Amino acid sequence: MGSLKIENVKKAFGPVEVLKGIDLEVTDGEFVVFVGPSGCGKSTLLRVIAGLEDSTSGRVLIDGDDVSATPPAKRGIAMVFQTYALYPHLTVKNNMGLGLKQANTPAAEIDRRIGVASSMLSLEPYLERRPAELSGGQRQRVAIGRAVVREPKLFLFDEPLSNLDAALRVNTRLEIAQLHRRLKATMIYVTHDQVEAMTLADKIVVLNAGKIEQIGGPMELYNSPANEFVAGFIGSPKMNFVDGARLGETAKTIGVRPEHLTVDPKSGAWKGTVVHAEHLGADTNLYLDCEKAGLITVRIFGVYDAEPGATLYATPDPAKTYRFGLDGKVLK
Amino acid sequence: MSIATRSLPRTIGAHAILLTYTAIALFPVVLVIMNSFKSRAGIFGAPLTPPTPKTFDMIGYTTVIGQGDFIHYFQNSLVVTVGSLFFVLLFGAMAAFALSEYRFRGNTLMGLYLALGIMIPIRLATVAILQLMVASGLVNTLTALILVYTAQGLPLAVFILSEFMKQVSDDLKNAGRIDGLSEYTIFFRLVVPLVRPSMATVAVFTMIPIWNDLWFPLILAPSEETKTVTLGAQLFLGQFVTNWNAILAALSLAILPVLILYVIFSRQLIRGITSGAVK
Repeated sequence: MGSLKIENVKKAFGPVEVLKGIDLEVTDGEFVVFVGPSGCGKSTLLRVIAGLEDSTSGRVLIDGDDVSATPPAKRGIAMVFQTYALYPHLTVKNNMGLGLKQANTPAAEIDRRIGVASSMLSLEPYLERRPAELSGGQRQRVAIGRAVVREPKLFLFDEPLSNLDAALRVNTRLEIAQLHRRLKATMIYVTHDQVEAMTLADKIVVLNAGKIEQIGGPMELYNSPANEFVAGFIGSPKMNFVDGARLGETAKTIGVRPEHLTVDPKSGAWKGTVVHAEHLGADTNLYLDCEKAGLITVRIFGVYDAEPGATLYATPDPAKTYRFGLDGKVLK
Repeated sequence: MSIATRSLPRTIGAHAILLTYTAIALFPVVLVIMNSFKSRAGIFGAPLTPPTPKTFDMIGYTTVIGQGDFIHYFQNSLVVTVGSLFFVLLFGAMAAFALSEYRFRGNTLMGLYLALGIMIPIRLATVAILQLMVASGLVNTLTALILVYTAQGLPLAVFILSEFMKQVSDDLKNAGRIDGLSEYTIFFRLVVPLVRPSMATVAVFTMIPIWNDLWFPLILAPSEETKTVTLGAQLFLGQFVTNWNAILAALSLAILPVLILYVIFSRQLIRGITSGAVK
């Protein structure tokens, strides 16, 4: 079991308001990702859920119980940190078992749970080692193992992949996804990387400047962003925004994703010059300086030969063009 | 040998400067130890030469040992130094942890107040301290010395340690909180081992002035029972005759314990265990 409800949580550090009233509901077994630029309050929100920070006002409910006054150890949560945060003086086994020992769990039960977690994360050969004798990826697996043995109601991940190199990041991401499927546990995951958010989440919460911009599934956010911020944050390369007035449109801003533009050397909507071309093999990113639309990015699947300086016409797909009003919200 | 990073004249120059400094720094110590093994005539006849078979004499050491209570003086010095050191490190580290870890009203002000003692010499308050000790009946006790030295050592300890405590990873402390460790366990088991090198530094800085101090033992605890080594050595300094053999021998002996303590602490400076905790 593990459901979470956050009611109008606010957090201020002195005069600085970091969270400006957050409402959120997470149902049992969901994988929820908080995503947003740095400083948006996502980590603070996670810390409030964990009980490491007190909220200035508002309530946090885990399984229906108000835990606002409950210390972190009694909330039935486990957390995985960006810097692993393993106890340097303890072996892997004792690192994983410490929380249970503090809660007076019988030794046999602790051993059983460590056995299960370490086989799940293939940590058996390292149980007697100290953190200093492990590689970065192994340390993060130990940190995940330490969370698993607690059998918590909520798993909290605070940017767990940020300290790993690119290849390891993909592997560990896969492991976390499998872990979620196997344990069917409720997980809350904080990241600034929208790729992690898109690949892991059942539900993404996009935060900006202490407010929730939009909540929804990955494809929902991609296909129907509520506003300019979400549209720009989700998707890579970033969505192109063009001033509506320059195109003779009524909307303030017109948005079109790089993959929803087609190019043609002879004719099209926007005439432009190639500024730079990125050849990635599977796809090609072209940067065009258009007379009407300004600098835009076009993503073409497969290989496309275009020399800088060449003239190309870009045409947006009208069905996948977004129109934003003065307040940044999508116009229907 | 790579030419880019080394040049012979520069290496020679650097070593010459360092060797000169070492010689200047060690000269008085060597002189004291050398002359402590010489007869009185030897000390005055040729103070700068090492002991020869003719001038070699253990009279200084036999006087010091024979005077009876020197072992006791050593004991007193050791009790005062180790006791003060223990309290300075304990309270200094705890105050530093509170200042660096918790947000509370007046945090910065409290930090400044605690650091103020670095700038004001404690000896300015000698008269008040003496009155305080008389009033509380602590004159001629080692407790009086330990209290004064703890107060003397705390400001620097708090100042240095709070800087180091700030560098201990927040994630590690939070992981401890989630695992249900108390704030005391987090402090003693997680934080203190990680700042051990800086605590050793503080210990060395605190220890040496305490061991060498003559002022407070002379004023607060001059009785035979509570004399420290530096005070005890004054025994041989007379108005008309000074027993140089005994003084030099006593001072040479006084170097030993502090040297041993220094070696113990400097071994702590090796990091080792801390790596791999975070990052």
